[in-house]
Amino acid sequence: MSDNGYLNIITASNLTYKQKVLHLAQAAENSVRPLKTTKEFDRFFEARALDDMQEGNAPYRPRYICPDYQHFSGHGSEFLHLDAPRDLDDLLWGLSMVYNNVPSVTSRPVSVGQLDKIIDPFLDGVSDDEAKRALKHFLNYIDRTVASGYCHANIGPEDTRAGRLLLEVEAELQNAVPNFTLKYDPAVTPDDFMRLALTTAMKCANPAFANHAIHKHTYQGGYQVVSCYNVLPLGGGAYCLDRLLLPGMARLATSVDDFLDNILPSATGELCNYMNERIRFEVEESNFFQSSWLVKDGLISRERFTGMFGVAGMSECVKELLHLGDERAYGTDPEADELAEKIMQKIYDQVNEFDAVYSEVAGGRFTLHAQAGFSDQVGVTPGVRVKVGDEPEVLYDHIRQAASLHRFFNAGVSDIFPVEPTAEKNPDALLDVIKAAFSIDDKYLSFYSSDGDLVRITGFLVKRSEMEKYAKGEAVLADTSHDGEGNWRANDLADRKVRL
Amino acid sequence: MSAHVPINNIIPFSLVDGPGARCSVFLQGCNIRCAYCHNPETQSLCVACGACVRACPARALTLEAGAVVWDSELCTGCDTCIGTCTYRSSPRIRHMDAREVFAEVSSYQPFIRGVTTSGGECMLYPEFLLELFGLCRAAGIGALIDSNGTIDFSEHEGLLNVADGVMIDVKAWSDAWFVHLTGTDGATVRKNLAFLAERDKLEEVRVIVTEGWNDPEDAVDGIAATLGRRVGAARLRLMRFRHFGVRGPMASAPSPSDARMDALEARAHELGFGEVVVS
Repeated sequence: MSDNGYLNIITASNLTYKQKVLHLAQAAENSVRPLKTTKEFDRFFEARALDDMQEGNAPYRPRYICPDYQHFSGHGSEFLHLDAPRDLDDLLWGLSMVYNNVPSVTSRPVSVGQLDKIIDPFLDGVSDDEAKRALKHFLNYIDRTVASGYCHANIGPEDTRAGRLLLEVEAELQNAVPNFTLKYDPAVTPDDFMRLALTTAMKCANPAFANHAIHKHTYQGGYQVVSCYNVLPLGGGAYCLDRLLLPGMARLATSVDDFLDNILPSATGELCNYMNERIRFEVEESNFFQSSWLVKDGLISRERFTGMFGVAGMSECVKELLHLGDERAYGTDPEADELAEKIMQKIYDQVNEFDAVYSEVAGGRFTLHAQAGFSDQVGVTPGVRVKVGDEPEVLYDHIRQAASLHRFFNAGVSDIFPVEPTAEKNPDALLDVIKAAFSIDDKYLSFYSSDGDLVRITGFLVKRSEMEKYAKGEAVLADTSHDGEGNWRANDLADRKVRL
Repeated sequence: MSAHVPINNIIPFSLVDGPGARCSVFLQGCNIRCAYCHNPETQSLCVACGACVRACPARALTLEAGAVVWDSELCTGCDTCIGTCTYRSSPRIRHMDAREVFAEVSSYQPFIRGVTTSGGECMLYPEFLLELFGLCRAAGIGALIDSNGTIDFSEHEGLLNVADGVMIDVKAWSDAWFVHLTGTDGATVRKNLAFLAERDKLEEVRVIVTEGWNDPEDAVDGIAATLGRRVGAARLRLMRFRHFGVRGPMASAPSPSDARMDALEARAHELGFGEVVVS
């Protein structure tokens, strides 16, 4: 970055102090280049056929960390000089201190943990009113200090008192942070708890719903859903998320066969090798795992990290390869959908044959993630989602199409549906749809009310009102409002078909 | 085998036609003329006057052998035909038999909990309903009848046996108001209400709340009195009149205030209704 670039950050009028510090840190990181890349990788990178998600040139912390906060609630932290919490106050204050010391690619924690299970044991003898008062302070603390829509809390699949209280408080607060994912398993989660969750979702776009019956088998030792629905090992996380940009790859191809036989295997191989390079640097050079208090205090272990191999822009890729005009589109055209499946099968096979370094928790393999889009990128629909405007007429066909591709992704894949506000009066209707979707192996669904202030971008939540402020040049607390604002415009998200 | 019946529309996912996710089947034709009808184009069968054919900007309508034929592929859904028709009908009608409708409904499994037949007035086609519901029941799909209540259900015991229940409108309690609003009296509705409650087939009772076109308070009182001790098992839906889609004198009628809806809801709770839904 030029001197001018640094000065531009320093003098910006639409960034908060913390955002400037973060941007300056990123600029400093990118002033060095310790990772070796091949000519072929650079060619793909230049052509926007793959990218590193702006993770920085010199990774000195994993991208996403999912600390085992229950370990903290049971043992406290030597590093933070905190005894194991004895009551709800101890716990929530302690967690707040812990969160402040959990890094990520955004410098803020992306996981605040499986909150219902962490909090529930501390509710004995605490009235609902007392608990809700404390939880409000706690959740507001997270919203105002973490202030990143990539931050996530998990609840479920069991119905707990803590889970219910969290949902009730969420509906009142209308915060964008943290996101909530409810791990749903119809065999475990009572319908009544789901009704509360769904009416809450209609009020504040939280929680979203993960197919627990499938995800619980992804890793030994539990999982967390964070950021744009990344399914990651609990007590570990993801070193990195790098991705194939399928539309850029398609533009390099001379034909469908050239794409499948040459471009795809070459780019996939290059990205795999590059990810190994990143991970080696993180593990062997950056000293993160040697120095992190999270490791020393038992909240994470190096062995529970893996790399996420991302895929984005299937819709535009297939359109380019098949020269689709306006009448045919990915999502409804059988040939387009068939090609998408073929592409995914090839990527899946190749990634699952590749030896990923330091990825024991995933069996020495990278995990696949349907990358959910990034800032103001035009022409790259998240993951394998159907492009806004091309959605199948009938919602059920949309879900069937999605579910048919969800099977390729073990580290997260999702769809987002705006819903008529009247759904709040009939949560059973949404519940029926979730049950059906999960029964055909759809892995993740989220809803938001089409008239609400809180909207989902690629997975993260922002407030429409905050995006509008930022668009007018004002500084706003959450920098996900920056990403959201660009993405909202670039991907016509206001035009998402109201599905239910 | 039932005959082909005129189908106005099949909506794969409805939030407002009974419990859970439902597929709604709208039959064409109605035996009464409610002033507040929000889809008056479902009231009558097409007379093939050709006005909509001439008006259609997409040329999706043609007159063939004395009947209007609709090309769904060409149709853009602009609703010009609906606006043009002076007979309260629609040219976008599909004539389908029970098996055809069932094929479409069942294609939405596993997403739907059930089918709800509405209209128009679906009870004008009881044989069709009997066959459709039989097929649905065998496939594990629930079936509800949404009716204006003016057709005597005691004459359709067989149909009730394969239906999960009936959602019935009580448009007004006194005949004076009933006639004012619909052009006919409400004797059969009142009879059906008691009969369906007795048979444990009353899925929902609905009252549309208007300003000056019915007496919803009187209707709620009358329903409670008729249901007697069964009132605690009944779901009452109080629906605010909205002018969308309405034609004729009520097209510009006001919606009731929040205060009125709140008062009516409180009254219903006092009368002991098991569930009161305001929408």
